[in-house]
Amino acid sequence: MKGTGGSGAHDEYGEYGEHAGHGEEGRGGAARGERPRGYADGRGSGDVPPGAGGSGPVPAPRIPMPRASVEDSGLPLPDLADPGDLAPVPLDLSHDVLKSLLGAWALAACSAAETAAVEEHLGDCGSCADEARRLREAVGLLHQPESLDLNPALRTRVLAACLNRRPPRIPVPDWAAPYDAETARLDALLQDFGDAEWHAPVRLRWFEADAPTSRRSTVAGVIAHLLSVDGLVATALGLEDPLAEVADADRGAVGPAGRTEAYWRASHFPPTRSVRGPWREQSHSLVRTVSFTGGHAGGLTVPYGDFALPLHDAMLDRAFECWVHAEDIAEAVDYPYAPPAPRHLNRMIDLAARLLPTALAARRRAGLSGPGRRTPHLVPAGAPGRSLRLEIEGPAGGEWLIPLDSPAAVGSADFEVAHVALDGVEFCKLAAGHVPPAEAAVGQVGDREAIRDVLFAVASLSRM
Amino acid sequence: MARKDVPPRWDRKMQQRLARGEAAALGELYDRFASLVHSLAHRVLAGEQDADAVTREVFAHVWEHPETYDPQQGPLRSWIAAVTHRVAVQRLRDREEPEQPRREDLESEVRRASVAARADYIVHSMPAPLRAALDLAYFQRRDYRQTAADLGVTEDEARRRLRLGLQLLSTAHDTGTPPGYRGAV
Repeated sequence: MKGTGGSGAHDEYGEYGEHAGHGEEGRGGAARGERPRGYADGRGSGDVPPGAGGSGPVPAPRIPMPRASVEDSGLPLPDLADPGDLAPVPLDLSHDVLKSLLGAWALAACSAAETAAVEEHLGDCGSCADEARRLREAVGLLHQPESLDLNPALRTRVLAACLNRRPPRIPVPDWAAPYDAETARLDALLQDFGDAEWHAPVRLRWFEADAPTSRRSTVAGVIAHLLSVDGLVATALGLEDPLAEVADADRGAVGPAGRTEAYWRASHFPPTRSVRGPWREQSHSLVRTVSFTGGHAGGLTVPYGDFALPLHDAMLDRAFECWVHAEDIAEAVDYPYAPPAPRHLNRMIDLAARLLPTALAARRRAGLSGPGRRTPHLVPAGAPGRSLRLEIEGPAGGEWLIPLDSPAAVGSADFEVAHVALDGVEFCKLAAGHVPPAEAAVGQVGDREAIRDVLFAVASLSRM
Repeated sequence: MARKDVPPRWDRKMQQRLARGEAAALGELYDRFASLVHSLAHRVLAGEQDADAVTREVFAHVWEHPETYDPQQGPLRSWIAAVTHRVAVQRLRDREEPEQPRREDLESEVRRASVAARADYIVHSMPAPLRAALDLAYFQRRDYRQTAADLGVTEDEARRRLRLGLQLLSTAHDTGTPPGYRGAV
């Protein structure tokens, strides 16, 4: 992800030199005593190191058995460039060529004729025999890594244990912790993705004008989307805008959807896995930079085009989007994906609840509020107004009183006209536009019109 | 996963940020090295919970004592591997103690685990072209000619990479801490 450049590759390992070190002699290893295939007729010569064979009728074996070759495995045979390979007649190869074949021989990756030639040579050449033994033992150390999927909860536990033992002088602010955790979880999901996963189709879904809408993309396209929109926060913090070049060429690129479309348009090819590095680097920079704002966000606001959020809310919004799109990706590649930690989910729900009065006002202005709805019961700013009690169940739960008639009013239990109860994750799916308001599993009591309005307002919080 | 082509500047900067007590740096450190630490610990101890505990211990050590890393001695990755190895082997010894096994059994177990962990580390940090060649020849069972074709290199080069990769790997049998960090840990 950090750009393993192909071109510098040779320079990279030049330093290792010809010999990575030879150990002391006679380290037989567990396989000592096995007889190497095709070695029985090795003719001992005076050049053979002690204990490595000799002049007896059968040389003492000193090299562990090669792994069964592909010819014995039932797998498709390699192309036979040279039909002579069928009969393992030892080839007449120079010492240097034979030596160069030792690695391939140890891995059983030579032709039969080459294998025979190498093995005959090992009987005659002590230094090659030593190296052959050493390389064959090294093959035994190759080991298919077990699944590297770390339990994402381990990160939280390890970091908490560290910070408990040495309190940080520059902590990650509470409001940035969900973003830190969600970006780490998504990055862990991407860890083992191959090309097939990166290009798996994903349908982004959201609500617009009370109707579900969607846009086709890929896993890599979704990461490009997150990179583009996180860039709004980066720009507000004075960090580099990932769309710097694009935005110059495309002045209309404001707001989440505009920026994403501009990014997608600007690349000649569909996004690939190479988008992961820049996305992750930017998310690390954001967490790092907001840590230096001292926890109160310094009065910064992040412009989203047609609205703006204070920095701490923008970071919660980005955490929420990161989770929602991680779910989209996980679903596309058929991986399981858990919801955020309850205390993080609770903050995301709280942000949505706080945005609802403004979303309700926007629906009224757009004429989307239910027909026959009575005139808003306007109250002076800061005064208690007609309210809906939003009860969120589950470990991330809580209760919020949503003022219905004006963003300036204060939610009040005395003016409660309706009460809805739903699960935290269900609420978030509604807010992400992934569940239509009419289908959300909601317990409801009270003013039907108010409830309908609020549920549609929740869905209207979603966007691309 | 990050590869070894991270400049040493990153290592020094990370050390400074950790010393300064920046929690965000700890998170970045974890994101870069947790899978290395966990897999090395797992190879030594063969238990998920033990590997989790070692991971916690290693990051706590690095967070509490970032000054004990000496960039002159090698990359941060190697130092963290060395700390992991030490913590994991200590845990292996502690775990065996109540059962009072024969001393030589424990020592040979420790040696086996050390070689295995070094081998994993070497594979993990070896130059990508060598690793790719070994992967093709061993795990995908391609012969060296097919390996050359897959990698778009000459057959000579494929043979060279396989041999060099195994030579590197064979140094896992040499005693000592993982290669690349000479400091005593």
